[in-house]
Amino acid sequence: MTRKRRRLYFVGLGLLGLFAATALILTAVEDNIVFFFSPSDLKARSVTADQRLRIGGLVEDGSVKKDGDTVRFVVTDNAEKLTVQYTGILPDLFREGQGIVAEGKMAPNGVFMASDVLAKHDENYMPPEVAEALKKAGHWQEGMGQERTGQNGQPPQATAQDTVQDTAKTPAPAAPN
Amino acid sequence: MHKFANPTFFMKIANAIYPWAVGISVLCFVIGLPVALITSPPDYQQGDTVRIMYVHVPAAWMGSMVYAVMAASSAVYLIWRHTIAHIIARASAPIGAMFTALCLVTGMLWGEPMWGTWWVWDARLTSMLILFFLYLGYIALGDAFEDQERGDRAAALLALVGSVNLPIVHFSVEWWNTLHQSSILSMKGFSISVQMVVPLLLMVGAFQFYYIAVLVIRLRAELLAAKIRTARFNLAAAG
Repeated sequence: MTRKRRRLYFVGLGLLGLFAATALILTAVEDNIVFFFSPSDLKARSVTADQRLRIGGLVEDGSVKKDGDTVRFVVTDNAEKLTVQYTGILPDLFREGQGIVAEGKMAPNGVFMASDVLAKHDENYMPPEVAEALKKAGHWQEGMGQERTGQNGQPPQATAQDTVQDTAKTPAPAAPN
Repeated sequence: MHKFANPTFFMKIANAIYPWAVGISVLCFVIGLPVALITSPPDYQQGDTVRIMYVHVPAAWMGSMVYAVMAASSAVYLIWRHTIAHIIARASAPIGAMFTALCLVTGMLWGEPMWGTWWVWDARLTSMLILFFLYLGYIALGDAFEDQERGDRAAALLALVGSVNLPIVHFSVEWWNTLHQSSILSMKGFSISVQMVVPLLLMVGAFQFYYIAVLVIRLRAELLAAKIRTARFNLAAAG
């Protein structure tokens, strides 16, 4: 075996080991990497009242109730729901059907008391006319854009499934520690 | 394949490519920038803010791509000890760092009005910041040794080890919940309107050929610097 060949195997095996180790570590600490929990994740785990965490999902249609500066709304991942209360200025993109991420604590009564609310948008960008046309054609669900423009120019179609996947990806519930 | 390792032969090709790279890059910029910033349509929910994408997305792609070039060249250098491969990696690093920084800065400018925050520690943003630090570390490590060759090897090793971050940057938005949206380009094609794809691809072309053009300039400089080092060394040895 020449030295070059040996170095080739060494580099190859080294990288393989490194990638495998990284994959294992990332899987192990998945709970700390996810930026927010969906309402379903939250149900699957026990959360104490003084624990700061982020939750995310879609703002349910017709659930936003404003009372002065305080706003209450329901966040849903189309499976579970969670009521959120927040006092302050909401981002411009906040509206019913929009994806949001809220940071705060769970109150004993099951309401999530948010101290920060961020808007999360999907990767479907389109001109207003196209969005309008999609709405007219009935291929629209609030908070989502069209489906990906097909490589062969297929007409855009929207499915409810995409909304959930795009806006509130749900990782497998982690085992409680 | 290994004849490309000859610096003279390699630079002959690089110098032939150079004027074309400059031309295509300038052309793409001249057509792409006005289309991206003025005539392309605004987004239905983000309005004109979506135009940041035309700089942010190409910069992000180039940040990752240049690192991939750097890691691959470093592997070639470590295994076959071709100096030209190391010089390509070394010359690429500041360009890649610049693209990554541009991506981070434009991302912050985009995040503030749309998400409501300049920065969050989600998986995509954090891994991109790590990519930036990897570039800086690579640049610093290469010059941190008295013995040039030891520095070269240490830097090449760092570039290889850091390549583990590339799939994390790319797949972070699919593997984990992030504030950052998914990629606009997937196996299914682009998720954005066709009128937006055209200026985006023009900007990608502009950035891509900008990289090639600047890389050739930096390769010339690196090779000249190596020649000067050798000449100084010989002079000192003779004197």
